[in-house]
This record gives sequence, structure tokens and C-alpha cells, in this order.
Amino acid sequence: MAKVKTALGASLFLLVYLVLIPWLFRDQPYRLGVLTTASVLSLISAGVWLMFYIGRINMGQGGFALVGGYAAAILVSKLGLSFWVALIGAGFITVVISILVGLPLLRLKGVYFSMITLSLTETARLAAQSLSSLTNGTKGILNLPLPGAVEIAGFTLIPDFASVDKHFAFYFLGAFLTILGFAALYRVVNSRLGWLFRSLQQNEDLASSFGVDVPRLRVIALAICALFAGIGGAFFVTMQQSVYPATFTFQDSTYFLLYCFLGGLGSVWGAFVGTFVLFLSFEMLQGLNQYQPLIYSLIMIGMMLWLPNGLLSIKPPFFGPGEPKKEEARP
Amino acid sequence: MGQVLFNGMYTGVQYSLIALGLTLIFSLMNVLNFAHGQLYVLGGFVTYYVYGGMKLPFFAALLASALTLAAVGCLFQIFFFRPVMRRSVREESSMLLSAGTAMMVESLVLIFFGEKHRGVPAVVNGVYELGGVFVPKGRLLVMGLSFLCMVAFILFMRYTKPGRALRAMAQDSETACLMGVNTARYAILGWALAAMLAGIAGAILVPISGVNSGLGNWISIKTFIMVMIGGAGVISGAIAGGLVLGIIESLGYHFFPGGETYLIIFVGLIVFLAVRPNGLMGKAV
Repeated sequence: MAKVKTALGASLFLLVYLVLIPWLFRDQPYRLGVLTTASVLSLISAGVWLMFYIGRINMGQGGFALVGGYAAAILVSKLGLSFWVALIGAGFITVVISILVGLPLLRLKGVYFSMITLSLTETARLAAQSLSSLTNGTKGILNLPLPGAVEIAGFTLIPDFASVDKHFAFYFLGAFLTILGFAALYRVVNSRLGWLFRSLQQNEDLASSFGVDVPRLRVIALAICALFAGIGGAFFVTMQQSVYPATFTFQDSTYFLLYCFLGGLGSVWGAFVGTFVLFLSFEMLQGLNQYQPLIYSLIMIGMMLWLPNGLLSIKPPFFGPGEPKKEEARP
Repeated sequence: MGQVLFNGMYTGVQYSLIALGLTLIFSLMNVLNFAHGQLYVLGGFVTYYVYGGMKLPFFAALLASALTLAAVGCLFQIFFFRPVMRRSVREESSMLLSAGTAMMVESLVLIFFGEKHRGVPAVVNGVYELGGVFVPKGRLLVMGLSFLCMVAFILFMRYTKPGRALRAMAQDSETACLMGVNTARYAILGWALAAMLAGIAGAILVPISGVNSGLGNWISIKTFIMVMIGGAGVISGAIAGGLVLGIIESLGYHFFPGGETYLIIFVGLIVFLAVRPNGLMGKAV
């Protein structure tokens, strides 16, 4: 019964996400662009969610996204690779960097880990500014080309983005990556790996005494988290067709946390729901852009005071009722 | 070289003062105050208005900054941190709350004070020269005041009754409570003191380097670096971390006039933490 319900919910969601929304906004490229941005931000936030899942607060997601964005931009503009190769390359580079950085830093716990990851965001920004032979410094890399066509044996799998309505093309690509990302996340959480991750969240020392290879698992979680950031960053940069050191900042890193928390840490879909609710409701309040940080911060404080378990805790989660319920972890 | 070291000491002493406040809250409540840099900026703006705008004497402005920030600290604890800490068992909640307060203070400062860089006239003019090292009197005043505040703070923590109570809380809050320490009230005092230290640091700095609303995050990040170098939750660690960062920063700006200094510091920090995760003097995590 639960399976049928899950399948029904999932297909309804896909129908709305892939058919209804593009159809509704077919004449409004701006709105479509906003939705695409929300998709990709939710993908990046999903990485932060996974780090929450093993009990770490990652405040460096903006840094990883920036690395992914720059990697893609450099691969495309300096090496002349196609976007599709660069997308995979960006993911790969971000993962490698996250593993190199993560091996020493994941030994730090709690507040210490947050402090150092926060510094990572700044490190990425400074690196983008000072390694100017590679990144053009503060000027950034501009005029990135649109993704080209993908053909296999004469059959066009994906058309050239320049030849079709690019807003639609980006929307579908973003939606596809997001669905893929969240499906992967769902799979990870509901596997043996997911149980191991939960054991880390509860108590690392205890997990370790049961023979769980804690350092390896932590690095795996960070690598997945960075992969999401790298792919998301690369996509975002290609959509904007430019990248600057300020494309992802300290503030973005904090927003990703807020998205996860608003949606709720108890459900895989928390990052998705949080991002869409917050990002879209904000777009509707036109003219308040000036006060965005203030309103976000008030929402954040209000959440902590009155709704510590997120939006999905209000009613039974609509999507994926088969998820394990997460207990409040003792520190 | 002497000049570089003097500049490093000068920066380091202020940094230590900022790091002290962060360390105090961290050791008392295990809360990382992301808003520390923003409180520093707020302190700077209060001084800017009282000393630069209303033309009152500098020490009145210093006092005004200290009192305003102490009040803000109390409000933070009473309205935000106490309710959240009381109910939540997760570390994430207090950390996100503090990230939220940081964003709130920053945007409020931006809305009320604008984004211009503000400076005020120097408090004292003139320069001493000691063996080829130029020592502006203004900077000497800053160093003296910072040093004075630190000594006062350490003496307060060491020899007074509230200081003893705060130290007991930092060691073990529950036991302190059992020994008759009113922990709820002392937590408010701790916040007030910590915010006050940030405010004083901001106030002292305005006559020299000015203040603008965007500084906060950067100051917070620097404070985190100091705390990570020195070791979190230890007063000596905060002071050592501040001095070390000040001197490294000054050396870095001397040898790498471009923007690479902090990049090198961050990379160095990552290597350092791989070797000593608890910093120079920190307790084991």
C-alpha cells in the first residue's frame, strides 16, 4: 500500500514539475528562469542536507559551488571543451578537492567543523580573486557559450541550446539534474550507507566501536555533498553565462543551511521543499529585494524559536511516506 | 622589519580583544556567536554617531558603545538564545540561530547606517619615532586601551564573585547550578560582557580605520581563525590566537602586497589544524 502511495506521489510530482509548470509559464521566461534557479539551489542544498544527516554543519557549500562553477567555466573557455564534458569535469574536480580538504578537516567536530568550512567559502572566493591567470581575478569569466548539442550516431539526444528556447532547455536540464540528485540522495539514505550515516549522526565514537569506518564514511558524505555543489555550481554558471568571485558567497552558504532547515532535516525532500517555498515566496514579494537578508534572517530566527523541525514536520510528509523517522539527536 | 612587527602587535592586540568576547560565549554556553563581527561594527557606528556626530568626548562615546552593546547582548540571550537553548538538544539550532542573528544585525546596520565607509577625526595626533619605527600616538592609544580592557577582563574573571561564577559555569554549568550559581542570570551577564568587548573593540578602532556595514562577516571570520589557532574556549588561547594572526597578517601584507595573504593563511590554517585540531592551547574536543 505504502509503495503504491509513494509511486503515486512521485508520478504526480513529476507531472507537475516537468509538464504543468513549464506549460503554465511557457510565455514567462523570467519566471521560468526563477524556477530553474530554485531547482539548482535545491540541488546544492541537498548536499548540505546530507552533511546535516551525518551530524555536521557544512557552511562551506558556497565555496564548493564556486569551485564547480569556476572549474566548468575554465574547462569551457580556456580548454574549449563542450559543456557536457565540463559539467562532469566540474563535478570530478570539486569531489577531488573536497576529499583533499576533507581528510584533515573532517576530524574536527561540531562548531569547529562549521568554523573551518565557513572559512572555506572565503578561501574559495580569495582563490578566485588572486589566481587571476586562471580565473581573470575580480573581472570574472564572461560570455560562456550555451551548451551544444549531444548526438549519438547521428541521432540528436539533446539539441543545441542556441537553436531552441534556451529558457525551456535550461529548465528541463535543471529539473533533470535535480531529480537525478534527489533520487540519488533518496537511494543513499535508504541503503546500508544511509544506516551507517545515521549511526554517525547519533554518536561517532559508538559507531566506531561497532566497527564502522567513521573517517571513510565522513569523506564519502562530504564527497557526495561536494558533487552536488560542483554540478549545481557548474549548471548555474552556465545558465548565467558568467562567473565572478561573488557568484557564491558567505551569505549563500548560510542560505543553503536555511533552505534545509526550513524544509526540515527529517525528510530527504526537506532541501527541495525549503528552497522552493522560500525562494519562490520571495520572488512573489517583489520590491522587497532590498530587505531580503533581513527577512531571511527573521525567518531563520523565527524558525529556531517556533518551528525547529521544519515545514515538513507540520503535516505528515506528502512525498515519500516510507522514510525513516529521524529522532532528535543527543549532542 | 621593526615597523612590520609593531604593526603586527598593534593589530594583534585588537584582535585578541575581539576574540576574547567570542571565547567567553563559547566557553559559557557552547554557542558560536556568528554575530560577533556584526556587534563589533555596531559598536563602531555608535561611536561614530556619539563622537563624530554629536561631538561628545571620545570616552563618552566609548562608554556609550559599551553600554549599548551590553544591552544588545542581554536582549540576544533573553529573547533568542535562552528559549532556543532551553528546548533544543541539538547543536545545530543554536548555531543557525546565531547565523540568523548575524544576518539580522548586519542588514539592520545596513538599513539604518547605509553602506558608506565612515570615519571620525583622530583622538590624538602626532607620531613617536623609536629606533626607526614610526609609532603614531593614536595607535598607541588603541593598544593601551585594548590592553587595559584585557587586563581588566582577566582580573574580573579571576578575582570577583561574578567572575568566579562565570568560570564555574564554563567548567560545568550543571554543577555550578547545584552550587547555587544562578546560571540563567549569569548567562545574561556573560552575553552582555562578550557583546560589550566586541563593542569596545569596534569603538576604539573607528578613529583609526573607520567602519562600514560590510565589515562584520570578515571580522567574524578572522575571529574564528584566531579561535582556531589559539584553541576555542580558553582565554589564553584567544589572546595568543589574536597576536599570532595579527603578526602573520602584518608579515603577509609586507611580503605579499597583493591579495594572497589570507589565501596563504587559510591554507596554512588547514595544514595546522590537520596537525593540531585543538589549536595551540585548546582543550580536547
